[in-house]
Amino acid sequence: MRVALFITCVNDTLYPRTGQAVVTLLERLGVEVGFPEAQSCCGQPQFNTGYRHETEPLLRRYAMAFRDYEYVVTPSGSCAAMVRDNYPRMGAKAAAEGRGQELADAAAEAVPKTYELTEFLTDVLKVTDVGAYYPHTVTYHPTCHGLRMLKLGDRPRSLLAAVKGLNLVELPGAEECCGFGGTFAVKNAAVSAAMGADKARNITATGAEAVCTLDNSCQLHIGGTLARQGSTVRPVHLAEILASTEGDVW
Amino acid sequence: MPAFPQAADASTRNTQLRANLRHATHTIRAKRAAAVAELDDWSRLRAAGAAIKDRTLRHLDQYLEQLESAVTAAGGQVHWAADADEANRIVTELVRATGEREVVKVKSMATQEIGLNGALATAGITAYETDLAELIVQLGDDLPSHILVPAIHRNRGEIRDIFTEKMSQWGRPAPEGLTDAPADLAEAARLHLREKFLNAKVGISGANFMVAETGTLVVVESEGNGRMCLTLPETLISVVGIEKVVPTFQDLEVFLQLLPRSSTAERMNPYTSTWTGTTDADGPRAFHLVLLDNGRTDTLADTVGRQALRCIRCSACLNVCPVYERAGGHAYGSAYPGPIGAILTPQLRGTQSELDASLPYASSLCGACYEVCPVAIDIPEILVHLRERVVEGGPASVRGTRTVIKPAKGHAAERAAMRAARWALDHPRLLRTGQRLASRTRRFHPRRLPGPGRAWSDTRELPKVPEESFRDWWQRTRGGSGTGSGTEGRKKTT
Repeated sequence: MRVALFITCVNDTLYPRTGQAVVTLLERLGVEVGFPEAQSCCGQPQFNTGYRHETEPLLRRYAMAFRDYEYVVTPSGSCAAMVRDNYPRMGAKAAAEGRGQELADAAAEAVPKTYELTEFLTDVLKVTDVGAYYPHTVTYHPTCHGLRMLKLGDRPRSLLAAVKGLNLVELPGAEECCGFGGTFAVKNAAVSAAMGADKARNITATGAEAVCTLDNSCQLHIGGTLARQGSTVRPVHLAEILASTEGDVW
Repeated sequence: MPAFPQAADASTRNTQLRANLRHATHTIRAKRAAAVAELDDWSRLRAAGAAIKDRTLRHLDQYLEQLESAVTAAGGQVHWAADADEANRIVTELVRATGEREVVKVKSMATQEIGLNGALATAGITAYETDLAELIVQLGDDLPSHILVPAIHRNRGEIRDIFTEKMSQWGRPAPEGLTDAPADLAEAARLHLREKFLNAKVGISGANFMVAETGTLVVVESEGNGRMCLTLPETLISVVGIEKVVPTFQDLEVFLQLLPRSSTAERMNPYTSTWTGTTDADGPRAFHLVLLDNGRTDTLADTVGRQALRCIRCSACLNVCPVYERAGGHAYGSAYPGPIGAILTPQLRGTQSELDASLPYASSLCGACYEVCPVAIDIPEILVHLRERVVEGGPASVRGTRTVIKPAKGHAAERAAMRAARWALDHPRLLRTGQRLASRTRRFHPRRLPGPGRAWSDTRELPKVPEESFRDWWQRTRGGSGTGSGTEGRKKTT
């Protein structure tokens, strides 16, 4: 099994710990992981802001970087959804514009091998107990693209439920968007901030020590809002919880 | 109207408005989920609704002609209106021909869309809204802020004050000592409206559906005011968007399940009125159907955006939308607020104005709207599609003619930034250099960002840039080369 990590631009630049946790976790589960350095951003910020043509080189790059791998695993529901939902759309639109099948072919190659981390663990490796130990009270925020585009369902919760020492508390309004939305956070700053503030208050009210997400981008927004509200709740990516063991606490 | 972000900025500061909206949307959201969960074939019904609408839209010309024949055969008269002005002109002339100066109205999105009440007022004709929420909005000299619950932004106390102060100017005054109890408010409205219904000679409605095979129009409602307006006047004028047609009476079976559960969370709505032309000795003597285009043909010409024409105006998308909940309906600057408004308005009106160009961005793309839509309109997909039209321009249909539209103004700096970002991201070595620079200078990073970034740092803390990117960590611990540079070049990947 040749497994490549897709460490997204946000993971790479701002949250390298998340990527390191994925490496630690997968290697502990006996997976040989590679990191093709030709990879870059999936292009979601550009695509979702309306710059489809600016995104096309990044689609090509993605397909090229992961060409030799059977599986691509990424700790981002949002970026996995970008690849799976939007790359085929980009390919179809390019073909409809009379520019041939090249992008559609690249998308068709990329899509079936791209897995969000929890999908890879539960669907491919078929594990829910990854041997993690995380002695904290945690609440879980299911990120929108994981929830609605990838339809991850119970996967993240079943992984969390199997973590030793972890006390999972319910988050009120869990399925409501935190308000990040990429450039939405800047273009519609007031609404984004209001959504984030409500989300952060709900998180703090659970009494949890940490809020678990599947996306560093949501973490960036939620964490920034929690900090501004003076909350002590710490945002943490699911990968970091799953990487943590009694001998190696993250 | 200002662009969406500015209008929404003001409404997010209005704590009363946000509390009213939060309470109302969360209540209906929970009820809808329960009503939908009762049907184990909901997903198939939803797919059927989408399929019927899609098929109808593909052959819209044929179904509209069939409808026209059926309506005419049943004693009605059909008028075609290319845009709002033409529709308003037709309706005004039809009312004038009756010699009346007052009309009663059934709640209708199409007449809101074209601003019919204002056009009638200019012609010296007073239009009375008879839907309870529309009445509240009209008396309050306000605008609707929700498709189904136009006065959702008002609470009981505000409504009592509006009734007490304004009812007398429009007809029967509010009872003395009116309280804010819902039953008392409803009774005050009932007494006020009863006079209107009994005096009305002309009624104006929209329709939820039009059946092509029989020429039947359908209004689905909760209060019964619609039925009064549809049956009591001598003349009935219905203004309906061309996309509301369904081929057969049997198709209604699907929509009469999808609509009430999605909108009011009811298994069946209290009143479903159907009317077909005119009938001797019962109902209106004259029936006019004004078929409204007003941008719909342009919308139909767009293979992605045309999904929006499936909309049955249930407003489920508004009730789950976190953006709508904070911004309120007025910020969308049209009769259609919320997620559906964000995709429908820029298609019907075009994206030339600053407001219309801002609407496709009024979403975090969380997808909750798509999930609840009873006819499966992929609203996030259309939002992104329209964003592309805003920033890059491209082919579009404008007033029925294929053309290539220019990018909207004000996106030049953003376009340059996106190109620069793409270029950097397409050169991982350059990306790494940037990351290293950011890491080395991390102690000097400001806590507040300049320019557009200020919108972030005003309300959220900035993350700290780590000492080392993942790329560098990988290179240092697994890369083997030790220097961590130049590896992409060796792999001949760029």
